[in-house]
Amino acid sequence: MTNSELKNKITAWFDGLTVENEEGKFLTVEVPQEIFLDFCRKLKEEGFDYLFSLTGMDFGKELGVTYHVESTASRQMVQFTVKTADREKPELDSVRDIWPAAHYHEMEAFDFFGIVFRGHPDMRRLFMPEGWKGFPLRKDYVDEVNMLIR
Amino acid sequence: MEDFLGENIKTQEYFLNMGPQHPATHGVLRLLLKLDGEIVHNVDMDLGYIHRSIEKMCERDTYKQIVHLTDRLDYLSAHINNEAVCLLVEDALNIEVSDRIKVIRTIMSELTRLSSHALWWGVMGMDIGALTTFMYAFRERELINDIFEETCGARLTMNYNVIGGVRYDLHENFVKRVKALLAQLKQKLPEYDKLLTGNVIFRKRLEGIGYISKEDAIAYGLNGPTARGSGVSCDIRKIHPYSAYDRVDFEESIFTEGDSYARYKVRIKEMWQSVHIIEQLIDKIPEGEFRHKTKALIKLPPGDYLQRVETARGDFGVYVHSDGKKSPYRMKFRSPGFANLAALNKMAKGLKIADIVAILSTIDIVVPDIDR
Repeated sequence: MTNSELKNKITAWFDGLTVENEEGKFLTVEVPQEIFLDFCRKLKEEGFDYLFSLTGMDFGKELGVTYHVESTASRQMVQFTVKTADREKPELDSVRDIWPAAHYHEMEAFDFFGIVFRGHPDMRRLFMPEGWKGFPLRKDYVDEVNMLIR
Repeated sequence: MEDFLGENIKTQEYFLNMGPQHPATHGVLRLLLKLDGEIVHNVDMDLGYIHRSIEKMCERDTYKQIVHLTDRLDYLSAHINNEAVCLLVEDALNIEVSDRIKVIRTIMSELTRLSSHALWWGVMGMDIGALTTFMYAFRERELINDIFEETCGARLTMNYNVIGGVRYDLHENFVKRVKALLAQLKQKLPEYDKLLTGNVIFRKRLEGIGYISKEDAIAYGLNGPTARGSGVSCDIRKIHPYSAYDRVDFEESIFTEGDSYARYKVRIKEMWQSVHIIEQLIDKIPEGEFRHKTKALIKLPPGDYLQRVETARGDFGVYVHSDGKKSPYRMKFRSPGFANLAALNKMAKGLKIADIVAILSTIDIVVPDIDR
């Protein structure tokens, strides 16, 4: 399936998706939070069974997560992004029931960005010590002792 | 004890820390084991003992500096990690590198893989209790490190790849030494098999242990030799070829048993395939530039970039979200070891503590790669 064929398919599923980058290596999709889980389930049904990576993001006004999933049969890849409502109480739905690989990746995103994944049974700090203040990979994180700011 | 942990258990279930300082965890990895006697009920992990926040440092550094941070991730695949960042930037800026650079990078990557797998094989035996293998493996590994030292100036974190090529041209002894190495490997690799692969005690420790099915391997995001031991075809060198991999002939090593022994066999076969790849290229290194001039300050156009390479551990990915400035807005290293470790619980449940050591060895983790 070419990227433009996949784009036509995806846009037919739901309204409100922004699909770009047809000429690139992979499509980039922006998914609204309301339909996020349904979108993921559809994608899995379509054969995108390998969660390559899950990247926490700080977009400034809000936080978010960028996912890269691939189909092990066709080796086609899709990138999709979902944003939280705000950065005070960032919450997203967990996809670990759809792709079990997401379990530790979501813990990592929680650790570094403070994004809480609804439905994840073990939201604890994975890398940073327990009791660490703040979320280091956020853009507004300040640590005068350990950070070299240029 | 009936209600301990809220479960009905006949014997006492207890927690045991494995690590962070433990010789078999290959670095500072802490595993939390839930045990009943010696039977493993659950494995959880606590990471970050060697976390250096490399992703955060990347948001401050320029792309040329970032290349040299990446060999502190998986230090046994240092060269291949460097290559991933270089390929990403070159691809984003449409820099087409010369054939000479492509071939040099491929040969160096395969030497890196051989050196990494040689270390793995030595440590594999040692984890099981056969100390001799370590010495045998280092005999070959030293030769590879000598080759690196002569051309790159360093033995482990080579910093040899730069954006637009490689740092130095090949040393005049390079071809001669690599050929000598290949001849020695062809003679000594069968010795590896005699010593370990066919050993009854060794096989009993691995066969049927740490089983994971093909479906689970995909679902848990396993990659590299670990997934190929479960029959998943996932070699990036085959599915998304980069550098000179599209012009060499090699076989993807896949075994379908899904147990520790299959993962062991995958890596042994990969060593033979690496020898085969280098053999095809070593007499045909094209003439040409070894480094193209690039701008002093590199800026990527705004957008999303992803580059994947096959390191000795698997599917290593570099993801950059750029806003057009001199540093990436967000840089993510997708570590193969982190994904592979996620399936440890699935593999180890119901087995003994000693089996965890064997499984960890066949997953071939490198903790700095996991912690980043």
